[in-house]
Amino acid sequence: MSRLYNLTKGIIKENPIFVIVLGMCPTLATTSSAMNGLGMGLATTFVLFGSNTVISLIARFIPDKVRIPSYIVVIATFVTIVDLVMQAYTQSLYEKLGIFIPLIVVNCIVLGRAEAFASKNGVLDSVLDGIGMGLGFTFALTLLGGIREVLGNFSFFGLRVIPKDPWWSKAVFFHDPILVFILAPGAFIALAYLIAIFNRLKKN
Amino acid sequence: MAKVESNFKNMTATLLIITLVASAALGLVYQSTKDPIAAAQQAKINNAIKAVLPEFDNQPSSEAYVVKVDGGELTFYPASKGGQMVGTAVKTFTNNGFAGRIELMVGFLPDGTINKIAVIAHKETPGLGDKMEPKKSNFSVQFEGKNPETFKLKVKKDGGDVDAITASTISSRAYCDAVARAYNALKEGGKHE
Repeated sequence: MSRLYNLTKGIIKENPIFVIVLGMCPTLATTSSAMNGLGMGLATTFVLFGSNTVISLIARFIPDKVRIPSYIVVIATFVTIVDLVMQAYTQSLYEKLGIFIPLIVVNCIVLGRAEAFASKNGVLDSVLDGIGMGLGFTFALTLLGGIREVLGNFSFFGLRVIPKDPWWSKAVFFHDPILVFILAPGAFIALAYLIAIFNRLKKN
Repeated sequence: MAKVESNFKNMTATLLIITLVASAALGLVYQSTKDPIAAAQQAKINNAIKAVLPEFDNQPSSEAYVVKVDGGELTFYPASKGGQMVGTAVKTFTNNGFAGRIELMVGFLPDGTINKIAVIAHKETPGLGDKMEPKKSNFSVQFEGKNPETFKLKVKKDGGDVDAITASTISSRAYCDAVARAYNALKEGGKHE
């Protein structure tokens, strides 16, 4: 029961973006399309999984005063591994996310889970927590990226969702995509609405 | 569980062990991804050369030479077919992009006419500046078959002949800047047979 809860809580109940509201930098910066959101989410999930696993194993051997530097070294190692592997095998995605991958090191959600959860819990729970939080993060980023892409570029995962110049395009506002959603302000607007909807759903 | 005491010896030993293990792991990963990374980058260059030049049968990437220009260097990839020069692909760059550096591969025919242009790397805004990629919009098509001798490589706003991408004048300007840099270098220093 509680095992399963460790895995599922990150997806809705304690969603890192919509509820904990941690790790806003990559959230706002990388979600200009669904694909970018998904890629960034999966990369972060891998880092969360790795760092949570290792930190839950070594936490009790680490003196308190050097625990933050130690965690950062562990996290940075996993981030660099992701960086190199992406560069080698997923070139096109790496070009889009390249500058944000190193920033996972300072993503609060990774250090946050290490400090708040992995250092105090067993390996299995920490692994589940890492995966759950990562999936919640991925879900949030893909959703946000998808909404921004549909509104701002009329496409979803790179596929056009609204035909080019249909007969009704002149009559309604679907003629041109709403560019602002691709730009930085659109990220804030879309995220704000999503959090509002999330809060509303949680109340019921 | 008893926590390890935070004394000097323990802290030093802990950090030493952690960093040692981390660097060993990274060394391993680096070793095993080094070749795929280099191969992926080389493949990208070769694909770009193939995309921007007419058919050729030599190995432009093995005959490449570098020309130094202001603030960087351009790589020239001469292509020939049956010993006959068919064109030169120039790997060029600009630092004026909306999000920094943009790298292009511009294919020139022997008389200096632009054949085709491919984008190698950029960080422009998706949905706006990234329309410079040939598969995203027709922006790059307007350069094809134009000779910069008569075709002014500037956006119309600046008195040139290039139609800028809507809402991406800065990206379009940078694109023209990169193409012009390639053309000027080709005219001055590039070997032209």
